[in-house]
Amino acid sequence: MMKEATLRVFRGDSKGGQTVDYRVPIAPGMVVLDALHYIQGHLAPDLAVRWNCKAGKCGSCSAEVNGRPRLTCKTRMDDLPVDQPITVLPMKSFPRIKDLVTDVSWNYRVNRKIPAFEPRPGVEWKISQLDVDRVQEFRKCIECFLCQNVCHVLREHDKMEQFAGPRFFVRIAGLEMHPLDGRDRAGLLKDQLGIGFCNITKCCTEVCPEEIRITDNAIIPLKERVVDEFYDPLTMLFRKFRGDKVQSV
Amino acid sequence: MADSPPVLPESRLGSTLRRDSWWVEIIPVVVVLGGFGIYATLRAFEGTYYSWGPYISPFYSPLIDPQHHWWPFSPALLILLGPLGFRATCYYYRKAYYRAFFLDPPACAVGEPANRKYRGETAFPFILQNVHRYFLYLAVLFLIFLWKDAFRSFFFDSRFGVGVGSIVLTLNVALLTLYTFSCHSLRHLAGGKLDCFSCASFGRARFSTWRGVSLLNERHMLFAWSSLISVGFADFYVRMVACGAIHDLRLL
Repeated sequence: MMKEATLRVFRGDSKGGQTVDYRVPIAPGMVVLDALHYIQGHLAPDLAVRWNCKAGKCGSCSAEVNGRPRLTCKTRMDDLPVDQPITVLPMKSFPRIKDLVTDVSWNYRVNRKIPAFEPRPGVEWKISQLDVDRVQEFRKCIECFLCQNVCHVLREHDKMEQFAGPRFFVRIAGLEMHPLDGRDRAGLLKDQLGIGFCNITKCCTEVCPEEIRITDNAIIPLKERVVDEFYDPLTMLFRKFRGDKVQSV
Repeated sequence: MADSPPVLPESRLGSTLRRDSWWVEIIPVVVVLGGFGIYATLRAFEGTYYSWGPYISPFYSPLIDPQHHWWPFSPALLILLGPLGFRATCYYYRKAYYRAFFLDPPACAVGEPANRKYRGETAFPFILQNVHRYFLYLAVLFLIFLWKDAFRSFFFDSRFGVGVGSIVLTLNVALLTLYTFSCHSLRHLAGGKLDCFSCASFGRARFSTWRGVSLLNERHMLFAWSSLISVGFADFYVRMVACGAIHDLRLL
């Protein structure tokens, strides 16, 4: 007899809803997204699930499986205890649209606040490999927004107006550490994107499916750059004496 | 298909649908960090049993005014702010104690105490975390004294020798050095602050330094805990020897 699992899936919209249990047969190599597709195909054709590649690269199928923010396409059923129902809920930090689909458009609005790459005047368009290696990591981001969802500043404290969230600190780190970029975004980070709200508890790093070391390699280096410009009197004095001019945003 | 009750848990302390024992991670932090805090405070105020023969406790080094000419209290109180500040503002310990003591958050995707005004590190007192690099400078200064103490611990009445205490003090300062040189602020100052290694003066050297510190930095948590335990143990060992509870075993 084929083994079965119970999926306890949220059904509802922005007004409310409830979880509904579905029995799903388990096949070898099955992931949670496969189970959701089985439900769509056989039990509830109106179940709303956002997905695209099923290969962990499009970042569409983010949800909370047994309370943990994860990509459903990278969560294997045989890694989950099937003796009790597997809970699949939409991401908590974003408004629900329908079932497992959430409205993540807030992220795109935050993204628009970040000044794009702008080359230093007269720069030679040649980049050394040792300068590329560091920023390459940040380009792996697939914008699944799991880091935004798990970050307690957004999830528990609703600081959407004051805080940009880890995803955008990763983007800014990629720009700030770009060897040809001439912009300085430290002021923006401090005043508008609220990097000071981050208390570096590393949940973003824990959930990142691309294993980007968000806290150590993006957020902390950016915090240190903010310290350089706003909190370290010696560095501030040194920059003044050296006559550093930065194109601050 | 069957309908089942409740949906998304209300946000309150500990609310989560996680099935694992998320609280297991914070218990050792509370016990070890809390225990160390209590022990270090008691020892700092004790003001005695801090040296024996060539050994001096790391809690009391460098030893200032041991004869109480101008400082009537324990000499440890004059210096503890340095190492304490370095650990308190450390990027790793911040994660550990925000989670374990402030429950902010207690674990990932786990609810926090409700109705709390959150300001993170944007306002007093936590905005002071931004001075971490100044405590780093102090920590490097302390390391010089501690290496000197470790070196001196191999000389008994001006003759070379090795006691258990010599090994304890040397191992302790080695771990403290690894902890200090894996610091996130040092990583930034060593080269992380540069946008372009290949265009900066001494760019290659700074890149190599930054890469070296980055390698150590990946194990910063390990060095943070091991050096915390070793510094506590080194002090405890010196105290036990100094008060006569145990005899230092001479190996050489």
